[in-house]
Amino acid sequence: MTSTVRRLLLLLPTLFGVSIVVFLLLRLIPGDPAQVIMGLRATPEGLAAITRDLGLDLPLHEQYVRWLGALFSGDFGRDYRSNVPVTQLLATRLPVTLELTLLSLLLALIVAVPLGVRAAVHPNGIADKAASVLGLIGISIPDFWLGILLVLVFSLTLGMFPSSGFVPFSDGIFANLRAFALPALTLATGLSAVLVRVTRSAVTEVLSRDFVRFLKAKGLPPRAIINRHVLRNASVPIITVIGMQFGYLLGGAVIVEQVFDLPGVGSLIVTATMERNYPVVQAGMLVVALLFILVNLGTDLLYAWLNPRLRGGAR
Amino acid sequence: MSLLEVNHLRTEFETGGNWQEAVSDISFDLAGGEALGLVGESGCGKSTVAFSLMRLLPGNARLAGGRIGFDGKDLADIGEDEMRRMRGGRIGMMFQNPMTALDPAFRIGSQIGETLQTHLDVDRKEARRMALELLRSVAIPAAEERLDAYPHELSGGMRQRAALAIAIACRPRLLIADEPTTALDVTIQAQILRLIRTLLIEERGAGVLLITHDLGVVAHTCDRVAIMYAGEIVETGTVASVFANPLHPYTQALLEAAPNARTPRGSLATIPGRVPALGMRPSGCRFRGRCAFERPDCADPSGPPRVRLDKHREVACVLHAA
Repeated sequence: MTSTVRRLLLLLPTLFGVSIVVFLLLRLIPGDPAQVIMGLRATPEGLAAITRDLGLDLPLHEQYVRWLGALFSGDFGRDYRSNVPVTQLLATRLPVTLELTLLSLLLALIVAVPLGVRAAVHPNGIADKAASVLGLIGISIPDFWLGILLVLVFSLTLGMFPSSGFVPFSDGIFANLRAFALPALTLATGLSAVLVRVTRSAVTEVLSRDFVRFLKAKGLPPRAIINRHVLRNASVPIITVIGMQFGYLLGGAVIVEQVFDLPGVGSLIVTATMERNYPVVQAGMLVVALLFILVNLGTDLLYAWLNPRLRGGAR
Repeated sequence: MSLLEVNHLRTEFETGGNWQEAVSDISFDLAGGEALGLVGESGCGKSTVAFSLMRLLPGNARLAGGRIGFDGKDLADIGEDEMRRMRGGRIGMMFQNPMTALDPAFRIGSQIGETLQTHLDVDRKEARRMALELLRSVAIPAAEERLDAYPHELSGGMRQRAALAIAIACRPRLLIADEPTTALDVTIQAQILRLIRTLLIEERGAGVLLITHDLGVVAHTCDRVAIMYAGEIVETGTVASVFANPLHPYTQALLEAAPNARTPRGSLATIPGRVPALGMRPSGCRFRGRCAFERPDCADPSGPPRVRLDKHREVACVLHAA
């Protein structure tokens, strides 16, 4: 397990790099936070005062070091507008985004993996055709358009799900899931399309391997061969894609949160960027990057578990 | 009574929309306590025979006819569930390449135990105990450690031993071994073949169908041999009689082409031409065009006569017709 420790230690330099990129990119965007805060009432003296208050008059490297130093003591800064600590904002926003992405992932897995397996086991069968259709449509349809379409059909016409808004978990799991149904479905469609293709090709490849024939010669029932052996061997490419697509999910969440008016990190970052709300954007991006890195670390650890040949170190 | 009795077996492959015979009208039998070698060049259909018997043909192939008598049943005719219980239960099978025959993601012990649990009423613990026993019986050193090893941690020879342990786990009456030693070093080859003979034939009186292109392996391991050419058996007999006195021109050519310690350097005989592809096989005797003794009546579309010389000896060639 030393490799796990090594991976965890590598997390720090990666996050350090992310912090520099986020910090600099934000300052490259034209626009002055002080101007946004003061709006039409802005006076040169007022702007100068606010700029000084926010520490934006300091040289860039000094601003960066201050921010980083505060981060290490757990201070993510305060929202320029509301003066609420950013940590507090993230604490309410992050669970929404996490639930959205995890539900989407779950939905995509439930649909795509069984469909992809069936498509591979029965090429040219109904499942195979359904898989090609899902693969094509899911990749071609843009998130925002699908979201609007789903609202039109399932919410405005059929009245099955709310069209937008968020219901916290504390108001009951059913109401909460109902509110997430359409956004999660929207986000899951693109991922399912990728997953179904990867699953199909991975399972097809494993099915052609010698050991599958040996398993048949051992008299194992087909179901055991598929569920126990083939899926296990096919899971490495599937999990690789999930790890990579998690970034896509986080990006998609930004759009889907806008369409469905969900108070997640995505919509928080979008609004904060419009307002040049530096501390919020920086902290939000850092958290999203951390999530992405952790998910990929998780997939790497899963690899080793799934594929004994990748296990490092001596036994 | 024979353990395995194959009659008029025919297997077809689909190529470009047509079904073509890869195995034509093959008949042979195998008694318990006996090893039969099925020998031929690549592409002669010997592996297809093995997979036909196991009913594990690829999707583009089918059993087109014949009877596979085993255990009082016709394997060509029984239901898939019953056939599945035969595989790994009453009939064990070994493959050519030990590097790819085992699932890389599972420990050796679990792959053996899985076979046991599929066919026998044993729990996990008992299956593990039996797996250890099996690994010891195939002479794997440090068997207890190997139980928890993954296939990639074993050498080719060790893996083939493990595959043998799986094949014999449920004490099958018949072992079908498809080129089990082709991918191995000569010394390991001999050990594996020795194990197959000891464990199956001598200790249990089971039958072994050994499929190989290597006449040395046959001479070393088998009691009887059947020579296949282009989807047909051209000659059968005891190993001693066929090797001492090959009758079919193909068998003669095959024996001459096999190197041995007495072959002078650089003088290895070859058979002119090549094995005809599916659908390109000549009518009449299929060895026509490559045979040194060809006569006009070899082209007779009814094929060469099958001449039976004694209880075990049969040859399909006009030269030996009475």
